[in-house]
Amino acid sequence: MLHPPVTNLPIKAEVRNFNFFYGNFHALKNVNLPLCEKKVTAMIGPSGCGKSTLLRSFNRMHDLYPGNRYEGAIVLHPDQTNLLDPRVDPIEVRMRLSMVFQKPNPFPKSIYENVAYGLRVRGIKKRSILDDKVEEALTSAALWHEVKHRLKDMAFALSGGQQQRMCIARALATAPEILLFDEPTSALDPIATGSIEELINELKHQITILIVTHNMQQAARVSDFTAYMYLGELIEFGNTNEIFIKPRDKRTEDYITGRFG
Amino acid sequence: MSSSSSSLQTARLRTEIKRRRRWDLVFIVIGIFALLLGLMTLATLFIDMLIDGWERLHPEFFTSFPSRRAAHAGILSAWVGSLAVMVVTGTVAIPLGVATGIWLEEYAPRHWVTNVIEININNLAGVPSIIFGLLALGLFVYSFNLGQSIRTAGLTLALLILPVMIVGTREAIRSIPQSIREGAYALGATRWQTVQHHILPYSLPGILTGVIIGMARAIGETAPIITIGALTFIAFLPPPPITDAPPFLSFEWLEAPFTVMPIQIFNWTSRPESAFQHNAAAAGLVLVAMTLIMNGLAILLRYRLRKNIKW
Repeated sequence: MLHPPVTNLPIKAEVRNFNFFYGNFHALKNVNLPLCEKKVTAMIGPSGCGKSTLLRSFNRMHDLYPGNRYEGAIVLHPDQTNLLDPRVDPIEVRMRLSMVFQKPNPFPKSIYENVAYGLRVRGIKKRSILDDKVEEALTSAALWHEVKHRLKDMAFALSGGQQQRMCIARALATAPEILLFDEPTSALDPIATGSIEELINELKHQITILIVTHNMQQAARVSDFTAYMYLGELIEFGNTNEIFIKPRDKRTEDYITGRFG
Repeated sequence: MSSSSSSLQTARLRTEIKRRRRWDLVFIVIGIFALLLGLMTLATLFIDMLIDGWERLHPEFFTSFPSRRAAHAGILSAWVGSLAVMVVTGTVAIPLGVATGIWLEEYAPRHWVTNVIEININNLAGVPSIIFGLLALGLFVYSFNLGQSIRTAGLTLALLILPVMIVGTREAIRSIPQSIREGAYALGATRWQTVQHHILPYSLPGILTGVIIGMARAIGETAPIITIGALTFIAFLPPPPITDAPPFLSFEWLEAPFTVMPIQIFNWTSRPESAFQHNAAAAGLVLVAMTLIMNGLAILLRYRLRKNIKW
């Protein structure tokens, strides 16, 4: 009932009966959500609804902190790996899924070393391979032409928007299966935000994207599917157009029309 | 509201502000007085030492052994001894302190055991140094039979400054934003890769500062060194670490008896002849210079290395 078969598109990942606990606090309640391959799925909802918590469960970020507990599964297709299975090493999960954070978080290293870092972690040392992948990733992140002559410069010399695109390049360099965005434009000005949104529209041709945003217009502009969350529950999921034009649930409608949130 | 009543209000407002401003002035005066009182006392002490010791600061002072005749006495065995002890202290305390700090910040699970460890490390930093001397006398000299030697002194001071190193390392690591760690982990880095590629390099300026401040403290310590039995009159040097016969390296110096700068100063101060007081003042100047240089180095390194780190 929550989400009727929205499409017959191939599924890249599926959240199944997922519950999450911060200590005793039940932060996510029985969430089910499919991610369609090479589509953008947006999660919207008021602050504290659990959308970031869900996103960070995809790459097991919660494992870094004590007292967090998962129940249920996030299954990655086609090999049916349950990302939350304790037997699955979180390192493997993070190698297969990349994440872009709320605030650009460049390492205090050169632009080149930032983008190459994921490859270095994997033990790739050969200069020619690194050079190729760095160029490829920066090109995909629409940053190559701006930085190709100053790859050795420190990353913090870039503007905020450029830093965020560099972080996207860093996430893309390792050819992940899914790209996770955690409110990627909340620290950026409108122009930089526009360029990131444009980039997301380009990237969905090559990769499955899950994005958390508290900007509804952004969800409407960039996503194919939208999930509305409220107080730890997934209230409604569907085609972005349908969610925004004719939401089935009263709570979704209230949020979208700005009656609260 | 008439214009006269509003101008009256403005006048009242201004008197009120003036009254509050007066307290600003009062505090400025108190603050400057407090600052000058402390600084002037220190400066007087230093200048007094400078006047007393200045004429003894010629090259022979650094190349002569202590002597019964004040004019011939020098600090050769003392500064060599201090240097040798510092080498041992640094070799032991730096790796132990930095490793402990990293483990506590990046690896240790957060529960009551680590809390107890943390509280104890912080308390250890406040234990009087003579206690470390007593501990070392019992443990290193009598139980381990390490003798009243350079290695005993080095180990004792290493124990003494270990808490400083640990706390310094932890503070430095804590100043790294969590977003940097998450960025590294999100790219699939292991804990060790995160430490090796990010935590250590970015906290290095802070760690170095802690290390140098710890070493500067160790070089001036007297009480624990007296307790373990440093000699006050030494007219020979420890055996050299480099020899002319294979294997060209010798560690005999570790077992040698020794003296250090503060003890030499203490010894000279306790003599009745005024000529020795001048020697003590001169040696004091050298010791102050050594600590100042170390602290200056800490500031320089921090400034240099931090230039490239921004969050």
